[in-house]
Amino acid sequence: MGRYVIRRLLQMVPVFVGATFLIFVMVYALGDPVAALSGDRAPDPATAAQIRRELHLDQPLWQQYLHYMGQIFTGNFGTTFDGQQVLDKMGTAFPVTLRLTAVAVVAEIVVGVTLGVLGGLRRGRLLDSGVLVLTLIVVSVPTFVSGYVLQYLLGVKWAWVSPAVALGAPLDELLLPGCVLALVSLAYVTRLTRTSIAENARADYVRTAVAKGLPRRRIVVRHLLRNSLIPVVTFIGADIGTLMGGAVVTERIFNVHGVGYELYQGIVRQNSPTVVGFVTVLVIVFLLANLIVDLLYAVLDPRIRYA
Amino acid sequence: MPEPERPESFQPSGVGTPLPAVEAETVGGPGGTPEVPGAPGAPQGAGVQPAGGRARSLWSDAWHDLRRNPVFVVSGLLILFFLLIAVRPSLLTSTDPLDCDITLSQEGARSGHPFGFDTQGCDVFARTVYGARASVTVGVCATAGAALLGGVLGGLAGFFGGWWDALLSRVADMFFAIPMLLGGLVFLSVVPSGSVWPVVGFIVLLGWPQLARIARGSVLTVKQADFVQAARALGAGNTRLLLRHLAPNAVAPVIVVATIALGTYIALEATLSYLGVGLKPPTVSWGIDISEASKQIRNAPHMLLWPAGALSLTVLAFIMLGDAVRDALDPKLR
Amino acid sequence: MTAEGTRQEDGSGGGVLLDVRELKVEFRTRDGVAHAVNGVNYRVSAGETLAVLGESGSGKSVTAQAVLGILDTPPGHVTGGEILFHGRDLLRMGAEERRRIRGTRLAMIFQDALSALNPVLSVGTQLGEMFEVHRGMSRKEARGCAAELMDRVRIPAARSRVGDYPHQFSGGMRQRIMIAMALALGPDLIIADEPTTALDVTVQAQVMDLLAELRREYAMGLVLITHDLGVVADVADRIAVMYAGRIVETAPVHDLYRAPAHPYTRGLLDSIPRLDQKGRELYAIKGLPPSLTAIPPGCPFHPRCPKAQDVCRTDRPPLYDVAPGRASACHFWEETISERGDRR
Repeated sequence: MGRYVIRRLLQMVPVFVGATFLIFVMVYALGDPVAALSGDRAPDPATAAQIRRELHLDQPLWQQYLHYMGQIFTGNFGTTFDGQQVLDKMGTAFPVTLRLTAVAVVAEIVVGVTLGVLGGLRRGRLLDSGVLVLTLIVVSVPTFVSGYVLQYLLGVKWAWVSPAVALGAPLDELLLPGCVLALVSLAYVTRLTRTSIAENARADYVRTAVAKGLPRRRIVVRHLLRNSLIPVVTFIGADIGTLMGGAVVTERIFNVHGVGYELYQGIVRQNSPTVVGFVTVLVIVFLLANLIVDLLYAVLDPRIRYA
Repeated sequence: MPEPERPESFQPSGVGTPLPAVEAETVGGPGGTPEVPGAPGAPQGAGVQPAGGRARSLWSDAWHDLRRNPVFVVSGLLILFFLLIAVRPSLLTSTDPLDCDITLSQEGARSGHPFGFDTQGCDVFARTVYGARASVTVGVCATAGAALLGGVLGGLAGFFGGWWDALLSRVADMFFAIPMLLGGLVFLSVVPSGSVWPVVGFIVLLGWPQLARIARGSVLTVKQADFVQAARALGAGNTRLLLRHLAPNAVAPVIVVATIALGTYIALEATLSYLGVGLKPPTVSWGIDISEASKQIRNAPHMLLWPAGALSLTVLAFIMLGDAVRDALDPKLR
Repeated sequence: MTAEGTRQEDGSGGGVLLDVRELKVEFRTRDGVAHAVNGVNYRVSAGETLAVLGESGSGKSVTAQAVLGILDTPPGHVTGGEILFHGRDLLRMGAEERRRIRGTRLAMIFQDALSALNPVLSVGTQLGEMFEVHRGMSRKEARGCAAELMDRVRIPAARSRVGDYPHQFSGGMRQRIMIAMALALGPDLIIADEPTTALDVTVQAQVMDLLAELRREYAMGLVLITHDLGVVADVADRIAVMYAGRIVETAPVHDLYRAPAHPYTRGLLDSIPRLDQKGRELYAIKGLPPSLTAIPPGCPFHPRCPKAQDVCRTDRPPLYDVAPGRASACHFWEETISERGDRR
C-alpha cells in the first residue's frame, strides 16, 4: 500500500503541473494583469514596464510559471495587487469553505444515502418513483436558481433561517447554504445509491445470504449495504473537491466569505495572484481527494490490491 | 449493413454435448429472472453475435423500446419544442426582447405581455422565448464538439493503446483536475467577447476528457469481444475493424453520456452567465436574466420564475432523454 | 396424479424428507407469463440422492428455489402445490419459521461459487455467520467453527486461510467453501444446483466425490440438480428427468440407463458421445426446448419427438406407473422401454 501511495503521488506531479500551468496561461497570458492593476486609466508606459519587471511579467511564460511555483513551495503565494498577502486571505477563507463543504457532505450522506437505500429496497414502489422524480427535478434546477428560491422562501418570506451568513460563518447559519451547495450532488448520490442497491439486491451472494437463513436486517446491513455503498463512498469522496470549487455560486448568494467568494472577487477585479493561488490550492485538494478515494476503495473492496 | 465476415465457425453447433446445448434459456440462470429475448446489453454482452446484425438489432430494439417509453416521448417533444423556438423565436412572440420601455419596469402581466416586464421594462415572455437560442446553441454545439473530439481521441486511445493511450490519459487527467465551473470562471473572465462561441470553445476544452474516458473504456470492452477477435483473425485491417466493428458497438455509451452532458452544459452556461463571465448583453440569455432578477426577488419574483423555469425544463428534458436512451441501450441498468 | 403413492416406495431407509406435490411456479413479466414449473412431483427420503436432470429452462433450478423459498418475487410466484418438509408444508409456514429452517435443516449449494459468495467479506466471516445467527455463538467461537469446517472439506491450511476473501481461492476451493457452508449446521437435506458445472473437468470429480462422501458421513438427503448425465451415474440413487416444467420420467438410476421409458430420456442418453461409437455421427435431439410462455398443448415434447402421434398433440400424458418406483409421462412408454438401447 505504501508503495502504491508513493507511485500515485508521483503520478500526480505531472497532472498537477499541467493543470496549474493551464490556469497560469489563462490568467497571465490571455489576460493583462498590468492593465487590470491600473484600473480604468491607461498605464504610463514606464510604470507599466517597471511593474512588469517586478512581477517577472517580462520573462517568458514558463519562467514566470517556474518562478511562481518555486515561491508557492516555500509557502509564498505572493501579494495581491492591493498589497494583501494571498496566504492571509486563504487563512480566513478556507476554514469557512471547509465548514460549508462539511455541511454539504453530511447532507449528502444523511439525506442522499437514506433516500437512495429506501428507494433501492422498494424499487418500483410509490416511494421509489417519488424519489426518482424528485432527484430528476433537483438535478435540473441549477444551484443559483434553487439557492435564490430557498433563500427567498426560508430566509425572507417565512424567516426560518438567516438569509445571509455573518462574517465569521457560524455553523448554524451555514446549514441552508450547505444544503443548497449539496443539492445537485445529493440527487446524484440518491440515484447512485438506489441503482447500486437495486443491482446488488439481485446479486447471487444476496440470494446465498437468504438461503443461509439470515434475518432480513442482517442481509441488508452486512451484505447488501456493505457492497452497495462502495461506489457511493467514492463518489462522495471525489465530490469534496468539486464542492469546494463549486462553492462560488452558493457563497455569492448567501454572502459567505469563503474561497469561492474571494476567488470571484479576484476574478472580477482581475487580481491574478489571488486567482492563481486559490485555484492551485483547489487543484491540490481535488487531486488529494481523488487519491484518498482510491485508497478508500482498496480498504472497502478486498478484491482490489495495490502492488 | 453488409456482413461478409460473419464468422460462421463461431456458431454453436449444438452437437456432441451431453444435452442438446441450445442455451435458449427462457427462465433460470442465477437471477431466475427471464431475460428479455433480443434485448442485448450494450456493450458488455457484445460478444455473442457478429457485429453487423448486432448493431442493427441493438439500435432497432432501442428504438422500439424508446417509442413506448413515456419519458422519452415527453422529453423528446419538449426538446423539439425548444429547438423550434431556438431556430424561430418569432413563431411564439412578435415582441422584440431588446425593445424595452423603462417606464414599464417590473410591471406585472398584462394583455399581450403574459409574463410581465423586467427591471429594464423588457417583455419577460419575449426574453424567455429568445433566451432558448443561446442555451440550445451552447448545449448542442458544445456537446457535439466535446463528443466528437473526446469520442475520436478516446476511441483511438482505446484501440491502439500503448504510449498514445498513456499520453492521452495523462492529458485528460490534467483537464479533469480543473473543476468545470472554476475553469470557466478563469478562462472566460479574460475573454472579452460575450457571445456564445468562447463559451462553446471552453466547454469543449474542459468537457472532452469525460467523453474520451467513456469512449476509451467502451472501445476496450468491445475490443475484447469474440466477434472482433474473429474479424481480426480473419484478417480485417485496422480501419475496417474500427469503422465496421468497433465504432457501431462502442458508440452507445458515448451517446448516452453526451445526452446527459448536454443538459449539464446548458446549466453550466447559465451559471457562468449568471456570474457575469459567460454570455453578456445584448445576447439574450436565461442566465443573465436570472442574475438580474435575483436582485429583485423580493419585489418581483415573476422575473425570476419564467427564465428559471424555462432553463430548468430544458435541462430536465435533456437529462430525461439521456436516461431514457441509456435504459433503452443498456437493459441491464434498468 | 396417477398413483403417487406407489410410485416412490423405494426410499432407501428412513422416512420421506421432502415431498414436492404438484408444484407450480410462474414468472410474470412484461412479455407475458412464463410457466416455469407446471406441476412437479418428487420425493426425497433421508439418506437418498435424487438427481434432477434437465436442460436450461426445464424448471429444475426454479423448483429448487421454490423449495428453499428464495425465488425472486416478483417476478416469480408459486401458484400451486405443496412442499412438504418432514411432513409440514413449507408454503404455509410463516416467513420467520421458514427462515429458521433455511441453513439449519435445509441448505443449498449454488453453481457459481465466485458470485454466490460475498466478495467483500472473508470466507471465515461468511461461514461463521451461520453459527452466530442460528447457534448464537460469539464471533470468536464462530470463527473457530468456520476453520474446522474448512478443514472438513479439505481446504489445505484451513486455519490460516479463514481470513481470506473468496477471490483468493481457486474455483475448486471456492466450491468446497460453498459445500462447507451448506454442511455447517448439519442439515437434513442439501439441494445442490449444478455444483460442479462451473469447474474444470479434473476438479469436478474431486468436488463431486467430496460431496458424495460427506453426504454419506452426515447421512443427509441430497437433491442434485444437473444437466450432465455423466455426473449422475456415479452418485445418484434415483433420477427425475424434467422437461418444460414437468417431470417426464423418474426411475432408479440403473433402470433408467438400461431402458429409458421416455423418448426424451432416450434422446439424452443417445446424445452422449461414446468411445465405442467413434466415427459415427453424434446424435442430437432435433428442435429447441419450447418457450415457457407458449408451451405446446398435449405432450410438451411432441414437436421434437420421433414417436409423436396424433394423441400426443392433443392429450397431455399423465405419469404412468412403469414399475415399482418408476414412472413415465409418455403415451407410448411401453414401446419406448422395450426398444433396444442402441442408436438409429
